[in-house]
Amino acid sequence: MNPERIAEHIPRLRRYARALAGDQHAADDLVQDTLERAINKRHLWRPGSDLRAWLFAIMHNVFVNQLRSRQAHPEDALDEDALPAVAPTDGAQLEIRDLQSALALLPPEQREVILLVGLEQLTYAEASHALGIPIGTVMSRLFRGRERLRLLVIGAPLVPALKIVR
Amino acid sequence: MKPSDNELHAYVDDRLDPESRRAVEAHLAQAPEDAARVAAYREQNAALHAAFDPVLDEPVPDRLRHVGATRRAGRVAVAAGWLALGAAIGWFANAFLTDRPHALVSFSRQAALAHAVYSPEVRHPVEVGAAEQEHLVNWLSKRVGAKLRAPVLTAEGSELVGGRLLPGEGGAVAQFMYQDGKGKRLTLYVSRLAGKQRDTAFRFSQEDKVSVFYWIDGTLGYALSGELPKADLLGVATAVYKQINP
Repeated sequence: MNPERIAEHIPRLRRYARALAGDQHAADDLVQDTLERAINKRHLWRPGSDLRAWLFAIMHNVFVNQLRSRQAHPEDALDEDALPAVAPTDGAQLEIRDLQSALALLPPEQREVILLVGLEQLTYAEASHALGIPIGTVMSRLFRGRERLRLLVIGAPLVPALKIVR
Repeated sequence: MKPSDNELHAYVDDRLDPESRRAVEAHLAQAPEDAARVAAYREQNAALHAAFDPVLDEPVPDRLRHVGATRRAGRVAVAAGWLALGAAIGWFANAFLTDRPHALVSFSRQAALAHAVYSPEVRHPVEVGAAEQEHLVNWLSKRVGAKLRAPVLTAEGSELVGGRLLPGEGGAVAQFMYQDGKGKRLTLYVSRLAGKQRDTAFRFSQEDKVSVFYWIDGTLGYALSGELPKADLLGVATAVYKQINP
């Protein structure tokens, strides 16, 4: 496979990585590791299969490895049950000012599914393939993730917060 | 009937057929809590796009665009495989297209790769042989989109073997091949360059065993490659340059 074909996907890999990792530097690290791995393993790509889904699958593996090596960072190791209880009615208590900080508070596995489906518009089947999990798991993570994100941003409307995003 | 979570989320992502969509909408019209939930999920998607779509328009940083380039450079002369050729040319062509400082370096690498791939070829070193030189030059000129010449290197001890057409940035690239009495080969790689270019002096690069002199002349980029000592190759490059600019 021609690496130029991989290069065509860089902008979308960067978009996904930015949303997944938060800041630009960490996101581009993720993209770079993904590209290097993809180029080294390009003989493993099956011609005719979806290159983008394959690249997302590689990025997922890189991301998971990064999380493992960074277990010390609490926001990365966050367990859903360890999240503070959110009281939807008590907006004053919420410090979630925008979508990105809300995203960062989601468990990474929910964040991945929300982004693959909601931002990258993968089907459940494609997301299941990219993440190496059953479709049912994709759906349950998506449903729980979206609901948690909704609760996190209640009281801090998304639209004004978007002005912060440059 | 109350839609399942599955249907509600499929509605959020616009993945329902029209009939199911109408059914969900009919339900939402009379179920304010579900409607608020669905509206919030749709807002999440819209907000994600608003926040992150601008990334798509950012210029891709160099360090991402050139992934794979440095590693491959060391293998240039060994990488006689078609795969490496296609891969690297495509990759470097991309750099050539978008990034001036790297452009010439990539150009010389493409030339070195093309040399490494075709010069050892015994049975099919060229597509059109020197016997049909007029046809060869006209054909390559037409495809490259510029008037080309095949320099005569007899005085330098080499004769034209022929030439071939290669894929390159923005179109076709011509490769002329020469051979000396001992069978040692030189290739001249000629590519039409996009946009306005400034003429350059000779530049030299060493890609493993392959030495390359390359320069820009008008709208064309030239690269002369061979497994020769630098000084010898420079002599030939000078002869090529003089013939093109008499």
